[in-house]
This record gives sequence, C-alpha cells and structure tokens, in this order.
Amino acid sequence: MSQLTDALASNIGHGQGPGTDAGKSSKPRKPPKVPRGKFSVHFAHYKWLYLLLVPGVVYFAVFRYAPMYGVSIAFKDYVPFLGVNGSPWVGTQHFQDFFSNPDFPRLLGNTLILAFLNLGIAFPLTIVLALLLNEVRLSILKRTVQTLVYIPHFLSWTIVASLSFLLFALDFGPLFLFLNNVMGTNIDFLSDPNWFRPLIVLQEIWKNTGWGTIIFLAALATVDQDQYEAAIIDGAGRFRRVWHITLPGIRSTIIVMLILAIGQMLNTGFEQIYLMTNALNRSVADVFDTYVYFVGITQGAYSYSTAVGLFKSLVGIVLIFGTNALAKRFNQSGLF
Amino acid sequence: MKIHNTTGGRIFDAANYIFLALIGIITLLPFIYVSAGSFANEAEITRRAFFVWPEQFTLGSYEYIFSTPAFTRALVTTILVTAVGTLVQLAFTVTMAYPLAKKTLRGRQVILSLVVFAMVFSGGMIPTFLLVKDLGLLNSYWALILPAAINPFSLIIIKNFFQELPQELEESAKMDGATEIGILWRILLPLSKPVLATFALFYAVGIWNDFMSPLLYLSDNSKWTLQMYLRQVTASSDLLGTGNVDPNYIPPEQGIKFAVIVVATLPILIFYPFLQKHFAKGMLIGSVKG
Repeated sequence: MSQLTDALASNIGHGQGPGTDAGKSSKPRKPPKVPRGKFSVHFAHYKWLYLLLVPGVVYFAVFRYAPMYGVSIAFKDYVPFLGVNGSPWVGTQHFQDFFSNPDFPRLLGNTLILAFLNLGIAFPLTIVLALLLNEVRLSILKRTVQTLVYIPHFLSWTIVASLSFLLFALDFGPLFLFLNNVMGTNIDFLSDPNWFRPLIVLQEIWKNTGWGTIIFLAALATVDQDQYEAAIIDGAGRFRRVWHITLPGIRSTIIVMLILAIGQMLNTGFEQIYLMTNALNRSVADVFDTYVYFVGITQGAYSYSTAVGLFKSLVGIVLIFGTNALAKRFNQSGLF
Repeated sequence: MKIHNTTGGRIFDAANYIFLALIGIITLLPFIYVSAGSFANEAEITRRAFFVWPEQFTLGSYEYIFSTPAFTRALVTTILVTAVGTLVQLAFTVTMAYPLAKKTLRGRQVILSLVVFAMVFSGGMIPTFLLVKDLGLLNSYWALILPAAINPFSLIIIKNFFQELPQELEESAKMDGATEIGILWRILLPLSKPVLATFALFYAVGIWNDFMSPLLYLSDNSKWTLQMYLRQVTASSDLLGTGNVDPNYIPPEQGIKFAVIVVATLPILIFYPFLQKHFAKGMLIGSVKG
C-alpha cells in the first residue's frame, strides 16, 4: 500500500524537462522536451505510446470498471433479457430481504468465527514461527526450514483440499487407520460439522504460515543489534530480549499486518471454503463468498447475490479504515 | 555474538532446532504420503496408514490416468491455457506499463488513479460473471485469461522498473530514429528480462492454480482444466452435494487420486526454486516499508 501511495505521490509533481524533439515543438523558444501547446500536437508526438496504452485501458474499462457499474443490479431486479440498464429499480429491496433472511445471522456468524479463528491462531503462529527462525544461527538449517515451509503457499486450494480428502478420509485415510488401529475409535473429519472449522484453520496454517513469516523476518532483520548487546550486558536472558527488544522492534509491522488481516476478515477465501463444503456441513460452512456463488450462480438470483456481495465489500472497507484509525489513535503509524 | 553460551541458551537452541526441523518435516508429510501412495497398489493404500516407500512398486495408477482421455485432455488444456494466458497477460501488462512510465505523457495521472482505484474496489463475483456471460465468453478458455489480464500490482511495479531505467538509452535510440515501440521491443524488454520472468511466473502460477474461474465460466466438463478434474476425482461421491459434478461420474480407485495430485503438483515443485527466490522479493516490494 505505502509503495503505491509513494508511486502516486512521485507522479503527481511531474514536470517537463529539457527535450530532444525541438523541431516538432509548438513553442520553439528554448528546446522543450515535449510539445506543450495543443493536445493534438502532444498526441501526434506520442501516438505510438497512446497506441500501446489502448489494450490496457480497454481491459480496465471492460473487466474492471464495467463490473463496478454492474453492481447497480443490487438495487434492481435484474432480468438477463433486459440487461443491466433496462432492468427495473427496486431500491434496497434485496438488502432488506437479506437482512431479514435467517441465512444472514448464520452467514455472519460462520464468517466471523472463521475470521477470528484465523486471526487468533494462524496470525500469532506466523509471528512465533518468524521469531523462532530468527533465533536460528545455523544458516543451513534456517534456509532449509524456510524452503520447506514456503512450498505449500504455491499450491492451489484444490490440491490442499485434495490432500485433506485423502489424509482425513474414512476407511483408508492415514488418520482413520491410526485412530482405528491404535485408539479403536474413528471420526468422520470431512463431513462432521464440528470438524469443519478446525480443518479450515489447519489448512490455512499449513498453507500460509511459513510464507507469512517473510515479512516478519524482513522486519526482524532491521532491529538494531546494539540493543541486544546492551541488554546482554544488563543480564537480560533470551526471552526477555525477545519480549523487550525484538517484539517492540517489529511492532509497527505487526500492526500493519493486523490491519491488513482485519480488512480482509470477511474474505474467507472462496476456493478453500467451497472445496471443503459438502451436503453435511453446510450449516457451519456457508460464508458470504460461497453463499453469493450458490445463490447467484447456481440458483440464478443475480440481483440478490450482488446485494450480498456489495454488503460484504462495504463492511470490508469500513473494517480496514476503522482499524487504521484505531491504530493511529493508539499512536501507532497506521497504514495510510 | 557469543552470548548464548549459557546452558539455558544452549538448551533453547537445541530445542528450537529440533522443533523447526520437525515443522519442516511435518510440512512435507502430505507430499511424501501422496507420492508414495501414487506408486503403490490399491491394497497397500487401504491397509497401511502411512508409508514412505511402497512395498510393491507399481506405475499402474499413472498408466491408468494417462490412458483416460478426460485426464490427458485436462492436462494438455491446462498447459496450453497457462502458456498462452501467461503470454497474453504479460503482453497486456507490459504494453500498458511502458507508456505509463513516461512522466510527460498527458492523461497518465488519470489512468494511474483509475488503476489504483480498481485495486481497492471491484465489481465482485456476480457482476463479473454476468459481464463474461454477456461477452459470450462462457465455456471459452479466454474467460480464464482475459478477466485477470492485468494485475494492477504487477503493472505498477513494472512501470516503476521502466521508470528507473536510464533515460540516455532511449534518447540515443531515438536519435537513431527508433519509434517508441522499437525502443520497448529492442531496448527495454531485453533489459527487463529478470523482472518479466518474475511476473511471467506470477501469472503462470495464477492460471495453473485457478479454480474459481473454471468453476464459474466452464460448465462444459469436456473443457475442464486440471484443477476442476482434480476436484472431481478426489472429492468422493458421497461428499459432493454442492453441484457442478458430472452425474455420470464413477468415483475412481484411490491410487488414481494420488497420481492426479502428484501430476497437478509437479510443475509447481519444478518451478519452486525460481518461485521462492522471486516471489519472496516481490512480496517485500509491496509491503514492508515502515
């Protein structure tokens, strides 16, 4: 984010420097780099650049901005035959329907529980893993462990889900055979609704904890080493050094990452949840993203599901601005 | 520093090293299980809970999947879509990044602001789906490529990279009468090979791993990509209550599931050394600054 704002800021004050094409210029006093005057002259000078810009601009107009306009069907009764423009307005009807639907509290609950489980378990684990890796002085071990724990990040959710299906399968899965042979019990991990959330969090930890340490490790590398030596002279042990120097040293990174995580809270990851959803665990598995898919794509309630999606993104925007303001209030740097 | 010579420090180090080594191994366990299982026969998979090496080594599962048209078609399709898609997406991104790197270009500011705005707000699943439908792209492979043709983050990073290249190169080429397109093609692109390779990988992994786009846009199961095929094969039939599965489908034997997972994972593992190197860098470009 900050990279972006910097990029933008550096672009705002663009000036026109000394130039090369004095001959073509409309103001031939000094050799100006770019023809100043009329746009037509400027355009003629830069025609190739404008030509190169065309595919990208068309892409953004069609695939990014047209769907934003299409969000208006959340306030309409979309009929495919009439199109986005022709369909009649219904105001906030779909939002009222959604809020009074018994699905709404269930979806909100499921989404929030998964989000808090991820924030409460996966997020701190990432920091703990980064701290442990940071304590390793044997660089070959550190690099090997990093190489291994980064791998799952690059695998698709389909592969993660498929691995889960095999590992937790009934009758032949390793866990089933182990529980059956050793403990004499068995658990149907994949369809028991009680096991849905633990599985989701476990997948998230396996897939992304290792990768998430990169940012924290980079922040840890910037912590002032002199402080450690001073603390050692004062007799501070390993844990006190971590607590009093390391953690405060990466506090701003932790806060930024937390803000980002909270801003993304309602984005439960469509692919992951969809792949782990089945007929038996729908009661706990349904979240906003998958609900939009099931109601919108499979049942064809386009306007209603667009309203649900719009509600979700608006709450997400409120969340990210809210946590940022909160972080600033506690005198932290915040994100923007 | 020679401080951790204390006994407590040594014990901590030893425990930490063992713990981290275990984490590394645990991360690998699912791969070991699946690759070992893909070379084992059905009886062994259902009997032994976990094994690193099969008692009876067999290529049967692989022979089977490569003999089924559905699998080979999905594999070839996915490789082609990934290759073409990566080139198309990279071309879209580079051609847009280059003019935007010219600080004197009028209208550049407006376009950049619109790009950034599109990073924050999006139309969402349904409006995008309806658009793809209206464009007649349902059941077309272009639906897997075009809606994600330009990643705004990649665009801005490539633009910044072009901006930092020395201006003199371009100016001297211009003196020699090269057009902007010639400069981009003959001077800038060769200079940016490492950067372009990074983003090519980024796009390729995105297309290869994509499950949502084929789920949304490809209802015709003869057009399914490897990820869609993988899901159908591995989700056992009693678990599928969520639609989009071929009703005539007969669940395969276990060994086949193992083999399909291995084939779908292999390209990622082959490219992993590059991925790790470039993506770690890319992740830091965008994020850590304060």
